[in-house]
Amino acid sequence: MKPIKEYIPVVGKQVIDELYLVADKVKNIKVQNINSTHSGGGVAEILSRMIPLMKDLGISVSWDSLEAGDKFFTITKKIHNALHGLEVSLTSKEYDYFLEINEKNQKKLSTDSDIVYVHDPQPIALIDKDKGQGKKWLWRCHVDFSKPQQDVWNFLKKFIQNYDASVFSAPAFARKLNCRQVLVSPSIDPLSDKNKRLDQREIDSVLEKYGIDKDKPIITQVSRFDYLKDPLGVIKSYRLVKKYIDCQLVLAGGGATDDPNTIEVLKEAENSAALDKDIFILHLPAQSHLEINALQRASTVILQKSLREGFGLTVCEALWKEKPVIASAVGGIPLQIAHKYSGILTYTTEGTAYWIKQLIQEPEYAKRLGAHGRRHVANNFLITRQIQDYLLLFLSLYNQSDIVDLG
Amino acid sequence: MDPFIFRTRINQIELLGKKAKNLKQLVENIKTVPSSSIYHHTHRFLEQHIYFSPEHPNDFSYWITTALGLKRLGEIIASVEIFQFKDIESLRNKFIKIIETYLKGTSSLRNCILGEEFSFMSSKMFILNTPFKAHNLEEFISCLRQITIHSFYFHMFEARMRLQKDENDFSRWFKDNGFKRLADQIAFLDPYTHTLEGLRKKIISLATKYTQR
Repeated sequence: MKPIKEYIPVVGKQVIDELYLVADKVKNIKVQNINSTHSGGGVAEILSRMIPLMKDLGISVSWDSLEAGDKFFTITKKIHNALHGLEVSLTSKEYDYFLEINEKNQKKLSTDSDIVYVHDPQPIALIDKDKGQGKKWLWRCHVDFSKPQQDVWNFLKKFIQNYDASVFSAPAFARKLNCRQVLVSPSIDPLSDKNKRLDQREIDSVLEKYGIDKDKPIITQVSRFDYLKDPLGVIKSYRLVKKYIDCQLVLAGGGATDDPNTIEVLKEAENSAALDKDIFILHLPAQSHLEINALQRASTVILQKSLREGFGLTVCEALWKEKPVIASAVGGIPLQIAHKYSGILTYTTEGTAYWIKQLIQEPEYAKRLGAHGRRHVANNFLITRQIQDYLLLFLSLYNQSDIVDLG
Repeated sequence: MDPFIFRTRINQIELLGKKAKNLKQLVENIKTVPSSSIYHHTHRFLEQHIYFSPEHPNDFSYWITTALGLKRLGEIIASVEIFQFKDIESLRNKFIKIIETYLKGTSSLRNCILGEEFSFMSSKMFILNTPFKAHNLEEFISCLRQITIHSFYFHMFEARMRLQKDENDFSRWFKDNGFKRLADQIAFLDPYTHTLEGLRKKIISLATKYTQR
């Protein structure tokens, strides 16, 4: 992991200096993070990058994961789906087992931390305000929380309201709760394999590997193979463009290979793309960060045609690479794109096709959108900003008023 | 001459859990949310878009225009000159008056589509000292080039509107130290019609000219 000072050339010395000023106020607070697992998944990825940077800033921060087996994670997957609004039924036995595992883990919790920072629903029932007096409890929700299934929400709400504060990624996820709710937008790491600069040779080698023609416009969508990402709608938009412009389409992404939804969507996309040698459907392993980076950098236009979206960090990733992005105006995407200034927001397949044509035919305009987009991401959606938000979050637990003078 | 001590401030955004799907709900919430919420929704854009001024300079006008499709009302709300208001409460009352006047003249209440509700937020401000200190105008200009945009914002906007001082901190220091004309020139600028970086450049330019007199 890179030390925090390596971010100076990217975000500027002023930003890092300010981060040190805040960190100095937090250095006597011990923070313990707890999530479901150390490996795999977005939360583990974020924590694995943020924890070393926080330590480098002098923060006393640790990270532990739950000890649990498949039975527990099958239940928590159901809870996850229910929070996304899917119809899922959980039995009382399943709820009991969920609580039993949380209780077992609670006994192993370290007692010397000042703040316990619990991530996502899996460890939510760890909270025990009687144990370790004066300990502060934070709950971070990383999932789309806009339309949760009612009974699962009611079950979780009992725990959430015991926390000192809950943290959400987008304003739409806020709910009526009797505890503080804080907004912390997700971020990208500009020095990670997925976002770092690549030289042209590296980019070309990935195109060559998949047989993509670098001299023909490339339209790309990077996302899981999931109906909510609308890969079939992307293919339709591409076909409308293809009538007038000789171009290629890349649909790249992962998705658990044992997830029946992924297999079904992937199959449908492959069927829809059949016989068109200019459509590349790339089902990549989870760790293909460099390849994703190269594909994004090689693209002429990048799409994120989601039907629903938690935040949609792939938009930030593309904007960071100064790419013109056309994305649906859903979830957190309008926070990332100001229409016609730092990207294009669309609502339909036809509208998406119209703008793809415009941006391919007007490369100067497309370039301007990408440049503005990168600047917006640099100001608002880099990991340094998220670390700062977290440090303020810790401080806010000890300072109640609206204006806090830290001196 | 007392030195100018540059401070900075960083905001934490809180979600209030209050939402509006139409104008009536919007105005009812505008009446009751804390002043830090009105401040947040009218100033957030300044820091999020430090290099350009977006079409809608506050969240209310953006939502009224895009989610409710009320372009004329959106433009009226966008045109409220925040610089003319000395405190948040009078700004809040201005928005209430505009929206209630509009509601009196219309019989239909338009709802936004599901998922596009206005979510009320507020901001909690943390103020910190920075290592920058200026003992004269030359040092002031040098510091102004180096401080973060948050520090610049704090002295230019928060001092006046949120900490309810009569003027921005820069004008106050200039005035206290005999640079009255420079103080007046800066106090006269409407900071809401500039981008933050544009405003920083403008003040550096005015102060530099002043040193060359």
